[in-house]
Amino acid sequence: MSTPRRSTVTEKDTPAVGETPATAGGPADAAPGAGSAASAKAAEPDAAPGTGTTAAPTSTPAAAAAPAAVSAGADVAHRPGTAAVPAGVAAGPDRPGGIRFDRVTVAYDGQTVLDGLDLTVGGGEVMALLGPSGSGKTTALRAVAGFVRPAAGRVLIGGRDVTDLPPYKRGIGMVVQQYALFPHLRVDQNVAFGLKAQKVPRAEIPGRVAEALEMTGMTGYARRHPRELSGGQQQRVAIARALAIRPGVLLLDEPLSALDAQLRSGMLAELARLHRELPDVSILYVTHDQIEALTLADRIAVLDKARLQDCGTPHDLYRHPRTAFTASFVGNANLLTVRAAGSGTVRLADATLRVTPYGDGGGNGDGPGEGAEATLCVRPHALRLTGPHQTPKESNMLRGTVTDVQWRGHTHRLLVAAHGHELRADVGDLRQPPRPGDGIALTFDAEDAVLLPAGLAAGGAGVG
Amino acid sequence: MLVHSRGGRWTAWTVFFLLFLPVFALPFLVVLMASFATNWSGAFPSHPTLTHYQDITKGDSLNALTTSLWTALAASVLALVVGGWAALAAERLRGRQRRLLDTLFMLPVAVPSVVVGLSLLVAFSKPPLLLNGTREIVILAHTVLVTAFAYQSVSAALVRLDPAYEQSAASLGARPAYVLWRIRVPLLLPSLTAAAGLCFALSMGELSATMMLYPPDWLPLPVQIYGATNRGSLFTGAALAVVLMVTTLIVLLGMGRIRTRASYR
Repeated sequence: MSTPRRSTVTEKDTPAVGETPATAGGPADAAPGAGSAASAKAAEPDAAPGTGTTAAPTSTPAAAAAPAAVSAGADVAHRPGTAAVPAGVAAGPDRPGGIRFDRVTVAYDGQTVLDGLDLTVGGGEVMALLGPSGSGKTTALRAVAGFVRPAAGRVLIGGRDVTDLPPYKRGIGMVVQQYALFPHLRVDQNVAFGLKAQKVPRAEIPGRVAEALEMTGMTGYARRHPRELSGGQQQRVAIARALAIRPGVLLLDEPLSALDAQLRSGMLAELARLHRELPDVSILYVTHDQIEALTLADRIAVLDKARLQDCGTPHDLYRHPRTAFTASFVGNANLLTVRAAGSGTVRLADATLRVTPYGDGGGNGDGPGEGAEATLCVRPHALRLTGPHQTPKESNMLRGTVTDVQWRGHTHRLLVAAHGHELRADVGDLRQPPRPGDGIALTFDAEDAVLLPAGLAAGGAGVG
Repeated sequence: MLVHSRGGRWTAWTVFFLLFLPVFALPFLVVLMASFATNWSGAFPSHPTLTHYQDITKGDSLNALTTSLWTALAASVLALVVGGWAALAAERLRGRQRRLLDTLFMLPVAVPSVVVGLSLLVAFSKPPLLLNGTREIVILAHTVLVTAFAYQSVSAALVRLDPAYEQSAASLGARPAYVLWRIRVPLLLPSLTAAAGLCFALSMGELSATMMLYPPDWLPLPVQIYGATNRGSLFTGAALAVVLMVTTLIVLLGMGRIRTRASYR
């Protein structure tokens, strides 16, 4: 039964990829511009579109021959620096703890669950894998941990190819969704487990256990059993257990999803503090929650349908999404089908809107040709409510009819039927909110809207 | 209790007492009464006596009891090791191979135990494997018969065991053998003791295969009960049966205590 799990990428490609200097070697393969990026710390990745690397950083013959690899490279949005080391992190893949996915493809029973993932996590970087369920993000994490065997591609940890190593030889710390604390062991025994398994000298163990427990604030609970702890406390013990072995890489698989909302924000701050205390540990953080990703991550990799859709800093992804999927998943943007009308304007049905052409630095900076179809992304909170009869000169205005009003405490969410689309608008807590059926007008600034070519928008599914 | 109305509850209890009690509990009561009787011609036995029990302490019945205990102990330990190991190994198998192994271990249960006894007798009656007439063949037969239950309960427990435990252990640097002894076996302990109890009880009561195989110096209690009742000493047989029953129950209760102490959730 193991044979059908191989994907379409033939096995003989795998060693070929592994042998190329690109994979075996240093930072040269990761980013031709990495050296300069490291010195110019403040350089925004998208400030110089011409010099950045594309999503598929290699051009080895083996890569070109593999059809899956080619299609994977073509499908990822062409964001400069997607696979490259972020500015400010020196020589990522070779710093201890860095993770590198080199065209990793994983298939279960003939179904591809991760398709040619190319991604580099720098040493000490926090990378969030963000995506809906079934996007392949957990599979990517399990490939790093060694619980799934890629059908093609290599996984590198700290510059070392670990694709063929069993999990226990990889030197990673992992925290899973339900923590998986060993129920028959006390908290201190749980934390000591990895140290004993790795035959750390006996005299050293109590000190390291105490250290890990203190780091997570669980010193007072050392003699308890996991069943005597609350969810948040179990979470802390699981993190302490993973940190006790001093891993170069920490894998967190939806670590907060089992906690209630209040605990979650507390743990989020806690994780950020832990990372400040352990600046050399790379963290791969799998989540479906954009808030967690935006709060914690240095960079976010957005996955959907087994593919990497987009990758960049939280600010970058939020302000300048490169695909409609990113726009709708990170920040829940409205996606409007528009037609280019020349000189920085687009037409949405009968309305003319001013926009920034194709974001900045994404793809061709020219904007769509006149009459071409494109997708306009506007976030709900970028829309402002104005009276229906006002006619401001500068701002873009959309007129429509309110179909529903939802009060959310700090905002009102308005659902508005306008120009053939259903728009979501989040407007500040109103004293007199409009009622369904009211005619209203919404305005937004050109800088708050991102225009995407229609082709890239096709991959995006509507996410409510 | 899902029955809410008063009448319904009464009906349920009545059915329970009328159907289940006579079938499940009364036979034991009858054996218990018979073990104290000298004569049973009317509705109830007459002339209560302790002679049957006194006879047991004198004769070779005590030997038979220890024989049964040793056989059951050896068979359940062996069955647990073999069945548990097989179940752990079978966990990695899929599809046809898995079904083949499952069938193989179910075979001794599907086949009548007399046939199992006879087949062992035929198989091991010639050199180089001459086990006929030894106590080992009795233990072997019991092991073959009860391994199926050990295999099945450990298999079922493994399905329920969350793979996150062993994966977390592996990610912490524990080799598979270390994970097995420090994580999986401790977590399986409740199921293992339950399986051991089941194997022990089954082995204590095994008669049909044992009848085909037992040597004169290794005569388990069920065989002696059969012999006594066959000779017509029904009340002696009843006393022996009570001893068998009580001993098995005591051992099972002891194991149950281990089980409750070993369960973590």
